[in-house]
Parts: sequence; C-alpha cells; structure tokens
Amino acid sequence: MKPVSFRYFAPRTVDDALDLLATHGEEGKILAGGQSLVPAMNFRLARPTSLIDINRIDALDYVREGGGELRIGALARHARFEAPVTGGALSALLPQVARHIGHLPIRSRGTFCGSIAHADPASEWCLLAATLDAELVVVSRRGQRSLRPNEYFITALTTTLEPDELLTEIRLPLLDDNWRTGFSEFSRRAGDFALAMGAAFLRFEDGRIVEARIGVGGATDRPSRIAAAETVLTGTDGGPGVRHAAGNIAAETIDPLEDIHSSAPYRRDLVRAMVGRALDQALTR
Amino acid sequence: MSERQNVTFTVNGEKRVIRVEPRRSLADALREDCGLTGTHLGCEHGVCGACTVLLDDQPVRSCLMFAVQAEGTRVRTVEGLADGDKLHPLQQAFWDHHGLQCGFCTPGFLMLAVSILELDPDIAEPELREALSSNLCRCTGYQNILKSVLAAAAEMRK
Amino acid sequence: MRWVGRPLPRYEDPVLLQGRGRYAADLAQGARILRFVRSPVARGRILAVNAPPEVPIVTVAVLGDVKPICPRLDRPDYVAVAQPILARDRVTYVGEPIAAVIADTAAEAEDLAEQVTVEIEAETPVVTLDQALAPGAPLVHDMAAENTLIDARFETSDVAAAFSAAHQVVEFTFTSGRQAAAPLEARGAVAAFDPATGRVTLSASTQMPHLLRTGIADALGIPESELRVIAPEVGGGFGQKMALIPEYVVAVWAARHFACTVAWIEDRLENLTASFHARDQRLHLRGAFDADGRLLAIDTDVLCNVGAYSNFPATCGVEPLMALADMPGPYQVPEYGARARGVASNTCPMAPYRGVSRPVITAAMERLMDCAAARLGLDALEIRRRNVITEFPHTSVTGVVHDPGSYREAMEAAARVVDFAQFRARQQKARADGRWLGLGMSVFAERTGPGTPTFAARRMVITPGFERVELVMDPSGFLEARIGSSPHGQGLKTTLAQLIADEIGVAPDEIRVIAGDTDRCPYGWGTFASRSLVIAGGACKLAAATLRERLQAVASQILEAAASDIEISDGRAFVRGTDLGVEMRQLARAAYHQSHRFPAIAETGLSAVGTYDPYGTFSNACHVAIVAVDIATGQVEIERFVVVEDAGRLINPMIVEGQIHGGVAQGIANALYEKVVYDDGGNISTGSLADYLVPTMAEIPKLEIHHLETLTEASVTGAKGVGEGGTIGAPAAVLNAVSDALAPFGVGIFEMPITPQRILQLLREAGCETQ
Repeated sequence: MKPVSFRYFAPRTVDDALDLLATHGEEGKILAGGQSLVPAMNFRLARPTSLIDINRIDALDYVREGGGELRIGALARHARFEAPVTGGALSALLPQVARHIGHLPIRSRGTFCGSIAHADPASEWCLLAATLDAELVVVSRRGQRSLRPNEYFITALTTTLEPDELLTEIRLPLLDDNWRTGFSEFSRRAGDFALAMGAAFLRFEDGRIVEARIGVGGATDRPSRIAAAETVLTGTDGGPGVRHAAGNIAAETIDPLEDIHSSAPYRRDLVRAMVGRALDQALTR
Repeated sequence: MSERQNVTFTVNGEKRVIRVEPRRSLADALREDCGLTGTHLGCEHGVCGACTVLLDDQPVRSCLMFAVQAEGTRVRTVEGLADGDKLHPLQQAFWDHHGLQCGFCTPGFLMLAVSILELDPDIAEPELREALSSNLCRCTGYQNILKSVLAAAAEMRK
Repeated sequence: MRWVGRPLPRYEDPVLLQGRGRYAADLAQGARILRFVRSPVARGRILAVNAPPEVPIVTVAVLGDVKPICPRLDRPDYVAVAQPILARDRVTYVGEPIAAVIADTAAEAEDLAEQVTVEIEAETPVVTLDQALAPGAPLVHDMAAENTLIDARFETSDVAAAFSAAHQVVEFTFTSGRQAAAPLEARGAVAAFDPATGRVTLSASTQMPHLLRTGIADALGIPESELRVIAPEVGGGFGQKMALIPEYVVAVWAARHFACTVAWIEDRLENLTASFHARDQRLHLRGAFDADGRLLAIDTDVLCNVGAYSNFPATCGVEPLMALADMPGPYQVPEYGARARGVASNTCPMAPYRGVSRPVITAAMERLMDCAAARLGLDALEIRRRNVITEFPHTSVTGVVHDPGSYREAMEAAARVVDFAQFRARQQKARADGRWLGLGMSVFAERTGPGTPTFAARRMVITPGFERVELVMDPSGFLEARIGSSPHGQGLKTTLAQLIADEIGVAPDEIRVIAGDTDRCPYGWGTFASRSLVIAGGACKLAAATLRERLQAVASQILEAAASDIEISDGRAFVRGTDLGVEMRQLARAAYHQSHRFPAIAETGLSAVGTYDPYGTFSNACHVAIVAVDIATGQVEIERFVVVEDAGRLINPMIVEGQIHGGVAQGIANALYEKVVYDDGGNISTGSLADYLVPTMAEIPKLEIHHLETLTEASVTGAKGVGEGGTIGAPAAVLNAVSDALAPFGVGIFEMPITPQRILQLLREAGCETQ
C-alpha cells in the first residue's frame, strides 16, 4: 500500500509555507504529524500531488500562556500534553485526555493543531476545542483570521479552512480552580477511535454550578456543546439526579453517526454513559 | 514519479546517505535502501506497530513517515540493539521468557519497549501494559511479552 | 541430562531477536514486483480488461495452458468447483484476481495497476447464507444447486425416539461471525528463475511447502522437480497459509516466462479482504436430556458460508465435515442426527483457521450444557459430570475414537483453582450493587495429530497425515533432522531437537532441524491440525531410536563390547558400568572414514528414516472465564481466565504455554471482537486493522495455565497436540460467562462475537432498563 507520487516541500518559515500553500494548496496537503494523513495516502484514499511538510518550522513548536489563554502552536505534539503544561483545571485534564489519543508512538508525531485541522469526529482535541469555545488562528498570504468552533467545523473531516490557509495556533481559555472537569471516552479497544466522548466543565460558586460546558464528540459528525444539558445543570449542586438528566438530554439531543461499529441507538446509549461519567468525575474527584 | 532526493541521516550510529522518492516511507527506506530488513511491515496504516523504530529517541511508526522527513535525524532499529555478540537486556529477556513465536512483531515490540523504558525505567505494570498495547501480536497472546519486558526492566535497573 | 520436559529457550530466537530473520518480503530485494488487479464487484460478467499500451498485463489468456484449482473429495455429496488462476469470464467475489502487472518497485506496480481498467457487467451478488439458500437465488456456480457445495448427513437409528422420550429438549440457533486469521505477516512469495538449471525456487510464506509444490506444478503442467519451494521465516499462518493460491501460481509462471525473479508481497488490505476467511456459520442445535440431565441425543443442522471457491487441499468441506463428525465433543452422546452443509456465496473463500469448526461447535455444545443445567436446576459442573466421557478408549457415535484423556479431571481441577462457591457469593453481592459478574466454563477435547486414517475417513482425494523424518549424523558428530512438517512460529526446531537429543543421548544444540525446503526435506504435509509435535515428533523419535541402534552397533565395534551393553549419554557412547567410551565425534569420523570396519551399518551409514502415521490423539482442557459486564455500555471485561489443560507429555512446557496463550487470545478475540463485515453489495467494510478488531494487550487478561498429564499409546512420544486448544475452548467460556452475568435479565448469548452494542440490544429486547 504505497501512496501516489507527490512533490515534497519542507519550508523552514511560516511565510514560506504560506507561499507554497498559495500555489499548491488546492491539490496539496500540509504534513504535520502525518498519523491521519499518511494512512489515508497509503490506502490511496488521499492523493495529494504536493506535501508541504511543516515539521521544520521550529517557530510553530510551542505551548505557552498569554492573555488568559493557553496558546498551542501548530507543531505541539500530543505527547507534550501527557504531562501538565499549565495550571488550574486544565493541569490534570489535558494529560487525562491525551492518554486516550491513539498510542504512544502516534502521540510522538501527531499534533494538537493537526488534529483540529483534520476534524475527525473522534478527535479528542476537537471536542475540547468545541466545548471550551477555543479560538483558532488561521493564516494565509491574504492575512490572518480567527475562527470559533461553530464557524469552523462543518461536518466530518470538513472545515471552513481554505486551501491556502494554515492553522497556526489554538487558544484555550485558562480555567482557574473553581472549575471542575471530567472526560470519558468509549472505544472498542485501547487506543481506538472513540465511538462516543463526553467532556464536562463546571464552574462552581458556593457549592452551586454557575457555568456549565458539556461537550459530546465521537458520536456525531462534529463535536458540539449540549446547551440543554448545560441549562439543566446550571444553578444546581450537580447531584446524581441532575447529572443523570444531563446525560439523557445529551443522548436525546444529538444526531448520531451510524457505522459498522455502532448503530444510532447504541451511540445514544454511549453518549448517555459518557456524559454521565464525565459529570461524575467532575463532581466526585 | 517524483524526483529522487538525497537524505542524510544516522542509523544505529552510522551515517547513511540514500537517494529516494519523496513517497518512499521511512520503513521501506530502512528495509530496502539501507538493507536493514529487521523492521517489518504488518499493515502500512499505523495500527500494528511492527514497523516501530526510534527517531531522535521517540518511538514512531516508520510506515507513517517518509524517508525525506528523517533528514538529519538519528534513527535506531532492532539491528542496533545488540552490542556485537552481546544481546540487549530486552532481547535476552524475550529469549529467556519465550516472548516471541513467529518473530514478525518482535522488532517492533523491542523498539517500543526500549523507548518505554528509556522514558520511564521504573514504569509500573498497569502503565506498562497500556504502553505495550500500542503494538499487535498474533502469536503470543501477549503474556510472555509483558513478562519479558518486566524482567528486562528489572535487569536494567540494576 | 534429560531434555524432554525442560523449558528450553528456543534455538530459533537469536536470529529473530536481532532482526535477521528473512521473511518473504525480505527476500524480495531486487525482484520485479507483481501486483494483481482485483475485481471491484462481487459478481458479474467480465466484458473487457483494458490497459494503456505501455502497461503489459498478464491475464488468463496470457497465462495460456494453466489449470484451475479444483480440490476434490471422493464423496457424492460434494460438488467440485474450479477456481481459475485469473478470472476469465466472470468474477465471483470482490478481490478476485483478474490480471497482473509487473514493475520494478511496489509503488510503481500500484501505479500501473491503477491504469488497468476492467469493464464488468455487475450482477446482484449472494452474500449471506440466507441469500445463497433462498429459493431461486442466483447460483455462484452453475453446477452447484442451491449454492450447496457439500451436503453431508449422519443419523443414528433412534434419534427421533430419543427426542420423544426426553424430559427436556433444549434448542437454539447459534451464529458465528466470519473471521480473518490476520497473521502479522501477510502472504507473499519470491519466485527466482535460475537460468543455469531452468528451475524456479519459490520462497513462499506457507505452512505446506510440499503440497504447494505439487499444486503449482499441477497447475502449470510441469514436473515437480522443476520447482523448489522453500518456506523461509513465516510470520504466523493459523491455517490461512495452508492453501494453494492463484497468486503463487502466477508468481512462478511469471518467473519462468520472464526468466527473472518475481515477487508478490500481499498488503494488509488484500489480506483482510481477498485472502481466506473462516467460521462464517450458523447452526441449529437440539439436545434431548433425561430428568437427570443426561444427554439422550443431539440433533444439529450446520450451515457454513464457504465463499466463492473451495480451498486446496482441505476443501470447503473441512468446516462442515468437522462439525458433523465432532459435534458430540467430550460428551457421551448415544443418538445423533446431523446435517452439515457448505454453501457458496460471492464472498472471499474460506480456509481452515486455527480450530476450524471446533470453536463454534464447542461454543454451541457448552451453551447447550449451561442452558440445560439452568432448565433442570443443576449447576454447570454437575451437568457436565453426568455427561462427560470418563472411560477410554471411547468410540463416539460418529466412530471417532478418543484415547485416554482427563476430560472430567481437568474440569474438577479448574473448579478447585477457581473457587466457584466463593465466586457465587461475590456475584450475589455485586448484583445487589448493580454490577454484573459472570462465570463461564468450557470442557472440550481437541483432536490432534490426525494421520492419514482420519483424513481418509473424510474421503479427501489428497489424504495428508504421515510424516517422515530423515536423520543423519555427519562426520563431526553433528545431527541433521530433515522433516516434512513446516513451522511458522511454534518452536518446532527446538522441541524436536529435545526429543531427538533424549532418544539418542546427545545435546539438542548438536542437532539441526531442517524444515520447509522441498529440495532437502522428505515429502510432508506441513503444519496444521495441531499435528507437528505428535506426528513429526513421533517420526523423529522412531528415526532417532533406529539411529541410536546404529550408533550402538558402531560403538560396540570400536569398544569391543556387546551392542546391548552400550549406552549413549551426553554425546558419548560408553560401555555400561565402565569408563570405556568414545565421543560421538570420533565415532562418527570412524563410521564415515573407516566404514569397512562397520558392516552392520553398510546399507544406511549413520542415518535413519522414521515414518509415523497415527490415528491421532485427543488432548483436552477446561477453560473458566470470569467477566464483568457494564450494562451502561455493554463492555465486557475479562477479570480472570483459567486453563487446565492436558496435552500428555510436555516436551517443552514453555512452548506449550505459549501456544495456549496465543490460542486463548484468538479465542477471546473471536468471542468479543473480531468479525468480517460485508455490505449487501459484497464489499468488505472491515478492510483495515482499525476496523477488524485484533485485540491488543489491553484486551487480553493475565492467563493462568495449569497442567495435567495423561500418557497414551496413541502418541509414541506421549505428547499430544496443543496448537488449537486455546481457540477452541476460550469462546465458549467467555460466552457462558457473559450469559451467566446477564442471566438475571433473562438474556443468554448464542452468537459470537458478542459485541457491546448487541448486549444492550438484547437487554432492551428482554425489557431491561440499562441506565
């Protein structure tokens, strides 16, 4: 299973990469981690005639805090997040999520931003980005723009990224210790694509939830927040009854994917369970 | 067919210069251009891990990288594990504890285990199981692979 | 020094550990690469095969006078179908090879193959058993009415009466999902043409080098001596490499035609979709029990979806005929009625896969036992006690002879290892906490080392079975054993060396076992049916015994003592009770270079041939699984898995346990994870290892293995085969455990794999609120 021939470019600066994208972006692809792109190329399902390898652009390899945000550069690999990269509520959550991404060797190469750019429904980082309303920084020779997840994700593997654009940075809001978090994922084998994921972020004040962000991924064509579940949790103490209700709402609200690994009804069952477990974690640990 | 280009990199401590098409995978370059056939291809879509090598000390699936990406890097393969006639402790442990049967997945598991133990020489069994679940084996049922790596880890801590 | 029974590290390992093992793909350096153009549709008429002029293609017309693959059974209930080497007029499954291209590299070969276009008038395929058997269904092969390639029946005289007299009749339909053996090394071969001799040497990833030589020579119409087949290192087989395949025929043809070295290296997509599949079965089973839970009769109707063609040499009859003959398993079954059919469909053909039908029939019989036990108020152990064979030899109702085994003892031992009573208490408490634990067991006997008598009974036209071993000591005192069996990971070269070492009195590292080369090895049948240690081992022992006598004759001459006073130990022949002796090295040198002194061995020199062709011997085991079922997601976690097995004398216990580990892992995979999925168009949805769920270490729990030893004259070494036991017993134990966990909901499992989704569906159908 060998890919079709392609021209290979390895720019060392973002500007050079953008120039190449301007010329080759239509029939070409950015190569970052390659853990999703190269299998598709080996199956000849993806047939780019040019590959723009951004792995030499050292300036994109960063994770830093600034302006109340965690700013993640395009070359930050999944492996980097297996240890805490920041304080507050994300400190333990990011490593917890990172452990679910494929396997160790995949995490050596795959990148956070690459996962967002690829927009696989089963992507853990896509779910986090959607749930936390991350800011996506996108550049091209035509300039720079920022996108929010609801302006970005169209459907599975499809986004509003233009062919000449490069996703250079993702910005997650820093969350202080008033936030309690939870994440739960279901897959058939260790490291497999998630059939359903639930992410819960609950901000507490005086023992009551004042802000809730509940995200579902893996079960739908793109990750999304479940507003109705967030509403039912807000103002409560997050007890078992309301957590259970939130899980049910999430299960009933989504438009589930169907494939050989899961029917639509089963996906709803999984969403109910994963959202429930994410909420249980947020409340009990 | 695209123009071939030179790739200069180090394999098992030895400098290599090869000339390959961009689409040549790192796995195929090691096997065919460097003559190191110990790295095996089991799936070419990044699931089985038989092609695992170390690239700048990180475990990677060499079927998911192109050789041109390895320019200037240090690659380690199974052929570089033994020190002359002396087997690496992991190789010795796999031998002592019957950690292989057909041997096809073994180089990938050895390189994976090398990287796991380099990252965390004191790794506990549950975490080791999780890390070793990166690769597939069809013959051993995994029992003796785990046993071998645990034995090697203990030996290497001495 | 005794070697048998020791967990000797394998001689095979150092080469493999250093990455120096040469598998088929490693031998393809510099070869021209063959790539097949395969049918994109499951059924249809080929209208044209087109390629640009600069892309030379090999089609069936170009092959010329090449014979199709057409395995036969000498029985009237079997319809022989012919599989063309390359499809001519019709395609019968997605992936069927239609044409081939050759290039200098694999990547270029794929590029060229994409330029070949095939025009096919597609027709609606038959994919499932029901579609293939539906009245008026399109025929996969015109000569096979109702798409039935084999329809075997068996009935004792009083089956109906037994069912009428029964206190309880338990019946159900059991379904087994299609499996893919998925060895880590896919198939592949390198065919090298030698211009000096005109011969081709085919290095092929195969379990049966001699049969491959015969089959390819027949297909090409050449004498077998024109072809040498070598099995290099083989990266697993599990039965999938136990067959003659068109791709290897074309590789040899191309090497001869183009007078060069040609390689075909299968990729994983081809391996998952167009190699061989197995165990796509549905059976209906009825058991008649008396009031004490004793089986009076069983009745079964077995349907096997065998795909588009019949594999050579086992044939598509192998699964149904094994089910027919062996359904009674380890139990006393006085009356038995059975029908077993192999049904063709427009899907990938089947070949035997580790365990063949036994995993399915064992699962069905073990579910029968548990269901009957529940119905009759007996526990799982007790009902089996009342039915398991305890007296030997036992001739089953189908005429299969069971040599001594420990079917009951293994079960009792397992019950002691796993404290059943303690588990039941824990299970009760867990249920109160809303956690669903289950315990399941399976008892089975595994037919191993079947020789020609067994295969002849199946009426195979090619009757495998015997093994011949040629044993030679060279002038340096080193032994070479050339065997016809062909290992693919079992450590055969180590275990046979241990056997020979003990028999003669030398160390195993002074013995080299040569296998897998048709130029060097006596004609043999390869490695399958858990046969190698039993049959090749038996032949080794016999050859070694004969050689020892010849060594004693030479030593007696040298030492001037009676041959009966000569002992050989630690590589030295000596007169018993004295210091008078001679090293093997000197003895061998004398035998070769002073042969006039040794008229006793004038005919043979220091060599011996052993041939062994036994009826076969049954090993047995009891598997116990403890599971936890998460009823919110349907996920099954195996908490504990125990095996008590009896494989007779263990030549190398470490290797035996390795075989059990691997088999159990595949059995767990069969029970919970793996299934080949076809859509209605006959296209495979599980064409990658991301979708065909081969388990990782995380899915396979720690396995506890315990041993019993029953020695039997049915195997001259005392060893019984063990290669398939793990796959045979594990699914049944897991399915029974899941059923036990879900018993409070009225849910029982009669299918494999049992997936989390299906568990939730069954719970819902039983009216249960899962969350």
